[in-house]
Amino acid sequence: MGLLSDPYRRRALSRLILRLNTPLCLLSYVAGLGWFLALALPPVAPRTYMSENAMGSTMVEEQFAYGERALSYAREFAGHKKKAGGMPVAWLEKTMWNLGLEVYKQPFARTLPFPDETRERYMVKGTNVYGILRAPRAASTESLVLSVPCSEGQHNHQAVGLMLALASYFRGQIYWAKDIIFLVNEHDLLGMEAWLEAYHDVNITEMQSSGTLGRAGAIQAAVSLELSSDVVTSFDVAVEGLNGQLPNLDLVNLFHAFCQKNGLLCTIQGKLQRSDWDTLPAYAHSLQTLLLMVLKQGSGRPQGDHGLFLRYHIEAITLRGINSFRQYKYDMSTVGKTLEGMFRKLNNLLERLHQSYFFYLLPSLSRFVSISVYMPAFGFLILILILKALDLWMKLSKCDAGPAERLWDGDQGAAHAAVEEPRPGLLTLVPPLLICHATGLTLYFLPVLGQHVATQHFPVSEAEAVVLTVIAIYVAGLALPHNTHRVLTGSGSDRGWMTLKLLSLLYLAMQLGCIALVNFSLGFLLAVTMVPVAAAVQPTGPRYLYAALLVLVTPAVTLLLGIFLYQELIEYPVSVLECWQLFLQAVAGGLLDHYLYGSVVFPFVAIFLYPCWLLLWNVLFWK
Amino acid sequence: MAAPLVLVILVAVTVRAVLYRSSLAAFISERVEVASPLNAWKRVVEGLALLDLGVSPYSGAIFHETPLIIYLFHFLIEYAELVFMITDVLTAIALYLAIQDFNKVVFKKQKLLIELDKYAPDVAELIRTPMEMHYIPLKVALFYLLNPYTVMSCVAKSTCSINNTVIAFFILATIKGSAFLSAVFLALATYQSLYPLTLFAPALLYLLQRQFIPVKLKSRSFWFYTMQYGALYLCSLVVIICLSFFLLNSWDFIPSVYGFILSVPDLTPNIGLFWYFFAEMFEHFSLFFVCVFQINVFFYTIPLAVKLKEHPVFFMFVQIAIISIFKSYPTVGDIALYMAFLPVWSHLYRFLRNIFILSCVLIVCSLLFPVLWHLWIYAGSANSNFYYAITLTFNIGQILLISDYFYAFLRREYYLTHGLYLTRQDGTEAMLVLK
Repeated sequence: MGLLSDPYRRRALSRLILRLNTPLCLLSYVAGLGWFLALALPPVAPRTYMSENAMGSTMVEEQFAYGERALSYAREFAGHKKKAGGMPVAWLEKTMWNLGLEVYKQPFARTLPFPDETRERYMVKGTNVYGILRAPRAASTESLVLSVPCSEGQHNHQAVGLMLALASYFRGQIYWAKDIIFLVNEHDLLGMEAWLEAYHDVNITEMQSSGTLGRAGAIQAAVSLELSSDVVTSFDVAVEGLNGQLPNLDLVNLFHAFCQKNGLLCTIQGKLQRSDWDTLPAYAHSLQTLLLMVLKQGSGRPQGDHGLFLRYHIEAITLRGINSFRQYKYDMSTVGKTLEGMFRKLNNLLERLHQSYFFYLLPSLSRFVSISVYMPAFGFLILILILKALDLWMKLSKCDAGPAERLWDGDQGAAHAAVEEPRPGLLTLVPPLLICHATGLTLYFLPVLGQHVATQHFPVSEAEAVVLTVIAIYVAGLALPHNTHRVLTGSGSDRGWMTLKLLSLLYLAMQLGCIALVNFSLGFLLAVTMVPVAAAVQPTGPRYLYAALLVLVTPAVTLLLGIFLYQELIEYPVSVLECWQLFLQAVAGGLLDHYLYGSVVFPFVAIFLYPCWLLLWNVLFWK
Repeated sequence: MAAPLVLVILVAVTVRAVLYRSSLAAFISERVEVASPLNAWKRVVEGLALLDLGVSPYSGAIFHETPLIIYLFHFLIEYAELVFMITDVLTAIALYLAIQDFNKVVFKKQKLLIELDKYAPDVAELIRTPMEMHYIPLKVALFYLLNPYTVMSCVAKSTCSINNTVIAFFILATIKGSAFLSAVFLALATYQSLYPLTLFAPALLYLLQRQFIPVKLKSRSFWFYTMQYGALYLCSLVVIICLSFFLLNSWDFIPSVYGFILSVPDLTPNIGLFWYFFAEMFEHFSLFFVCVFQINVFFYTIPLAVKLKEHPVFFMFVQIAIISIFKSYPTVGDIALYMAFLPVWSHLYRFLRNIFILSCVLIVCSLLFPVLWHLWIYAGSANSNFYYAITLTFNIGQILLISDYFYAFLRREYYLTHGLYLTRQDGTEAMLVLK
C-alpha cells in the first residue's frame, strides 16, 4: 500500500495516468490483442497431457470386433425408422431388451415459445429410449452415458447401430464397475434436456415429461456419438457446451489418446492438426482453429448433444464421424474399439474428472492454452476501461476540489473541465439510466410476449415477428430521447457527461469481467469490439465518426461480423444477403437457446449490455 | 423533514414487498453471502419446529439463535415478513433520530470551539454548516433502507436485521444520553451476537463526554460513572440470560449460540475470513488460530479508544465496521449497518484518498460472489480458491475503506487545529504523510 499512501508517489502516478492516458490505453489495447494472437504460438500453448492417474497409467486392450453387426443393426434401424416415420421406439426397446439391458422409455412434450423455422418445429413430442447395463460388481452408484441422437432424415443410423453393437459387446464383459446408460434421444437437444431434467428430477425449463423410471447413479461422464456414413475417415470432437462451458480437458485428452492409439484421424473445429509447428502457415492454421473455438464458445450455444450435460456437472463431449472422402477409411470395428477403450478408461475412474483444466482454449487437439495464460489478454482490455475511468474521476474531482485536494491529486494543467458551473449531482443521471434499462427490459420481454399481436397486424409468421420485433426495439433504442437530463437541470454540462461516461465505463467493465469468468470467449469478443470505442466516445470532436464507430461495435453488429468471420474461417464464405439470413437465424436461435435450455447470452445482452451501450450512446449525444 | 423520511420508508417497504412476492426471494435466501448458519431463516423455522415438538431446539446442530428470538417468532411466525420489514424501518428511524441529535451536538461543539478560538484561522472551508448537515439524517436512513445489502438481508429474512435494530436502538439511546437504555440495548445486542460487547467502550466514552466527566484514570467521578454503567450493563445481561434460561429451562443455548460463535465449527463458505482458513487447517492447531482470529475483533478496541477518546461516535462506527469484518459468520446485513453511517462522515470526503478505487472493488466483489459461486458449486469448473480470493479482496477492500476514513478523520482534526496550509520550517508547502 505504500504506493497508495505515499502522497509523492501518488502524485507521480496520477500525473502519469492523466498525461499518458491515451498512449497507455492504446498500448494496452495493442498488448491485449497481441497477447491473444500469440496464444496460438507453440511456446505459449503447451502440449496436452493426461492428469488423471486412474486413466493415465492403466492399459486397456480393446477387443471389440462387432463392426459388421453394427452395420446390420444400423440397416435394421433405418428400416424400422422409415416404417415408423420417426423414432422406432418399440423396436429399440425390444432390441435393447434382447441385448440384456434394462430398458426404459421417456415420452416428453414441449411447446416452443415461438416456432423454430430452421428446424421446423413448434409443438414437439418425442420419446427417449435408454437401456441401462448394470455393472456386475458395483452397487449402481455411478454411471457413464453413451448417447446417440435419433435425428430426422438419413443421419445417424450408423451411430445407433454402433451403440447397439457396443451394448451387446459390453454386456459380455465382467469388468464394469460403473453402470452404462445407452441413450437414444429424439429431437436432439430437446430430448437431451428432457432426459437430463427427468434423470435429475428437476424442472428448470417448461419441459413436460413423465419422470424417468430407471436410474443408474450419478453420471460421471458422457459421450455423444454422431455418425452418418458406413465409413469414417476422420473424427471431429466438439467440446463447447451451453454458455461456453467446457468439459474437463482430460476427457478430450482421453479421446485424443485413443485416436492416436488406433490410428484414427481426429480433428477439432474441423481442422486437422499440422505436423510442423514453427512455420507461419502452421501458426495461421492454429490461430484459425483457436478463433473458431472462440466464436463457437462465445455464441454460448451447445455445439452438440453433450453441451447440456455440462450444466449438471457431468463431463461430456460429442464425437462426430466424418466421411470426407479421404483415402484412409476406418471400419466400424476401429471406431468401436476407440469407444470401447474410452469407456474402459472412464470405468477406471475413482472420482469425478477434476484433475485437469476446465478453462482452456484449444489451438489444436494436442495443445492447449490455460486460463492463466489467456486471461491477461482480457485483462489488458479491461485495463483500458479502468485507466479511462480513473482519468475521468481525477478530472471530475479536480473540478470541485479545494486547494487542499489539489495538493493531492497533483497536476492541475490537465483539468479541462474546471469551469465554474453548478454541480449537477447524480440525480440527473437517473432518467437516462432508467430509460436505457427499461428499453433493455422491453427488448427482453416484448418480442416473445407480443408475437401474437404482431402476427395479427403484420403479414409475418410468429418466428419472423419475434426476430423483427427484437431488431425493431434494438434500433428504436437509438432514437429514444437522449436529453432527459435537461428536464432537471436545464442544460447538460461537461460534468454531466463525464459522470455518465464514468458510470457507463465502470458498468461495462463489471459486466465484461463477470461474463468473461463464465464464458471467456464472449467476454473477449465483446471487449475487443466495445472497449476502444467506449473509451474514446465523447460529445465533443468528430461526433458522426464516433456515432458510426459506436454503431459498428454494438453487440448486434458484433454478432453479424462474428457470423461473417465464422463463415470465412470454415471456408464457406457467404454473400452479404446470406449473412443477413444467418444473422436472423442466429437471433432466433439465441432466443430459443435461452427459452429452451437456459442460455444466458440473450438476457445478458438484452438486460445488461445493450442498456450499457445505450448509455454510451447517450454520452455521445449529450447536449 | 419527516415527509421525505416517510417517502423513503414507503419506497423501501414497497421494494421489499415486491421482492417477497417475486421468485428472487427463494434465490436470495439461499445465498451464503446473505444467510449465515447463525441467522438463516431456515434454521429459525427448524428451531421452531423442534420447539413445537417439545424438543429442545438446541438438541440438533442446526439452530443457533438465542431463545428470545425463537420465542419472538413463536408468536409472530405468521407475520415474519412484516416483522422483518418493521425491524428495518425501525432501524432506519432510530439511526435517523440518533444522527439528527448527533449533528446538533457536533454543531454546538464546533460553535463552542470557534468561540474559544481553538481552530486555526484559515480553516473556514473545513467548518461544517447547518446547510450541508441538514440532509445527513435522511441520507443515513436512505443508505440503510435502500442499500441492496439491507434489502437482500431483509428479503432473506436473515435475523441479522434484528441485531441491527438492537444496535441502532443502542446507538440512539447512547446519543440521547440515556445510560440505562443504552446499557439495556447493549446487553441485548451482546446477548444476540456477542461481538457488540466491544461497543461498551465508545458508548461509555460518549456518555462520559455528555456528562462532562473527563476521562482521567485518577478522577473518582470517572471511575464511579464507569462502574455505574458497567453494572447496569452486566445486570441487564444477567437478567436477559436468566430470562432465556427460564424460557427453555436449560443452559443449552450458551454453548450452542456463544460456543458456536467463538469456536467456529461450521465452515460453510461466507464472506468472512474464517471458513477457508479453518477448512485447510489441521485439527490440533485450530484452537490456537481460532483465538488469533477472534482476538481481531476485540484487539483494536483499546488503541482506538485511546486515539478517538474525543470522538466516541466515530469510534463506534469504526468498531461496528471492525465487528462486521472480523466476526466469525459475517453477512452482508452487518456491512449494511456500518455503511449507513458513511453519509455522517461525508465532510471527510475531501480527505479520502482511495474512495473511488475502494468502492469499485467492493461493488465488483459483490457482483463476483454469485458468479464464482456458480462456477464453483454448479458448473464445477472453478474451485473454492476462486471464491475465497474474492472474499479476501472484499475484506481487504473493507479494511482499507475503514482505515481510509480513519486517517481522513485524523487528518481533518489535525488541519482544524494546525491550519489547512501547512508550511515546513523552510517555508515550503508541507503535507501529512501516513507512515
